[in-house]
Amino acid sequence: MTLLLAAFDPPYWLSTVIKVLVVSIVVPTTALILGMVFLFKVMSWMQSRLGPQDAGPRGTLQLLADGVKFLQKEDIAPNGADMFIFKAAPLVVLMSTLLLYVALPASAHLVVANLDVGVFYVLAVSSLSVIGVLMAGWASANKYSLMGGLRAAGQLIAYELPMVLATLGVVIQAGTLSLNGIVFSQANGSIFGWTGIGNPFILTQFVGFVIFIAAVQAELTQPPFDMPVAESEIVSGYQVEYTGFRFLIFFLAEFATAFVFAGIASILFLGGWAVPWLATGSDWYYVLGPAVLFAKVMVVSFIIFWVRFTYPRFREDQLQSFAWKFLIPLALANIVVTAVLKVVF
Amino acid sequence: MPKVPGLVKGLGVTFGTMVKTLKDGPATTRYPHEREIPTPRARGVITLYEENCTACMLCARECPDWCIFIEAHKYLAPPRREGGKPRQKNELDRFDIDFSLCMYCGICVEVCPFEALFWSPEHEYSEVRIADLLHDKTRLGQWMETVPEFEAYEAGSEAKVKKVPRD
Repeated sequence: MTLLLAAFDPPYWLSTVIKVLVVSIVVPTTALILGMVFLFKVMSWMQSRLGPQDAGPRGTLQLLADGVKFLQKEDIAPNGADMFIFKAAPLVVLMSTLLLYVALPASAHLVVANLDVGVFYVLAVSSLSVIGVLMAGWASANKYSLMGGLRAAGQLIAYELPMVLATLGVVIQAGTLSLNGIVFSQANGSIFGWTGIGNPFILTQFVGFVIFIAAVQAELTQPPFDMPVAESEIVSGYQVEYTGFRFLIFFLAEFATAFVFAGIASILFLGGWAVPWLATGSDWYYVLGPAVLFAKVMVVSFIIFWVRFTYPRFREDQLQSFAWKFLIPLALANIVVTAVLKVVF
Repeated sequence: MPKVPGLVKGLGVTFGTMVKTLKDGPATTRYPHEREIPTPRARGVITLYEENCTACMLCARECPDWCIFIEAHKYLAPPRREGGKPRQKNELDRFDIDFSLCMYCGICVEVCPFEALFWSPEHEYSEVRIADLLHDKTRLGQWMETVPEFEAYEAGSEAKVKKVPRD
């Protein structure tokens, strides 16, 4: 199989086209999967309901039907809106999501761009969405939008920090910033000399994992961190003036980002595309890698959405003090402990 | 930190509900596919027992939506006993409830002093044309047989249990 793939060496333009196509197909698909499985089904079960039943077999095509419904809606923009920025904002948010998928490795070679500074790139690109959200809030010419945009900016910046710091623990332990390198170091690691399951960093970096998941939850502006889109206070915040396709883009970006963050969490903490009993050089990973990563992503997404469906919304001040007074000190302490142990062992 | 046990318990509640839903089925019914059984005192439709109605207009006046239309005329009924005065009675010509306006508040049922209006849990009377939601007194009377018997306000209480008039 290696030979087969080695023989397939497309020119630069063809490989670029293939990569663009793959990313632009994967992004809506993953968003649909997460929306269907978790937002519709698991949420319904957790509320003792069945969820959508009639669109497609057991209601599986409901989101497609909703998508078609969104496309039928009139494209409305407020009179006072700054039209260019208003129209660009959803695309900026979606662009941040698309760029995140670029660095996500589904196996050693199945990655759009295998960056040496993958972790750095991912964390930097993920904060681009703040700009899109601020643009949407500002350009809508609506005070609720503006409030939502400002809340989102405050929240996303506050939670960017614990996320970076939580990732730092993993980076120190793995000794590399490359996402693939982190997977290798987990697969080839050992727990006090026992190499049975490698060394998934969730064991040593459990605190980091919890902080990372909490920060991801806030980055996605999902409950309990959904003040920027609080529908009961500021009627969906920065999304309030968006209809039809533009709203659909926000929706897609939110769920695709949830998927890619779950993917990053499973790469950083759960061993990524590798399984313990198969050497990382095996050819099987061309097929097995994406499946394993997908399974781990679903587990992590389940945790993210489980929390989302369980807890009520924070208050704005509670949200900020949770980030600055609890998560960041905890993450700093985690880094110090990790660094000391790294030097000692 | 003291909040952690409560947070974990909350996660347990939602997870437990999910397992229960998957194992024993949901608390909801798939309504158009399977028949829903409403609770006995559910507010489905308002029924009229025409015999008891005196056309006093209290319901029509109290109705916040003005969805009850009553028309009546007076007539002289024969006296009860031989040689008595003929009695003046109200004959109900029209008693319509427009269920496209009704908001199911139940004020008419509560305000009726002669026990002529009742709640029935029957709820499947949707129409294609909105004008067909105007139920006349015959239609309202037909719902009477679906009205469930009243229960005692308190188990074993001495208070008289309200009776549903049946023909």
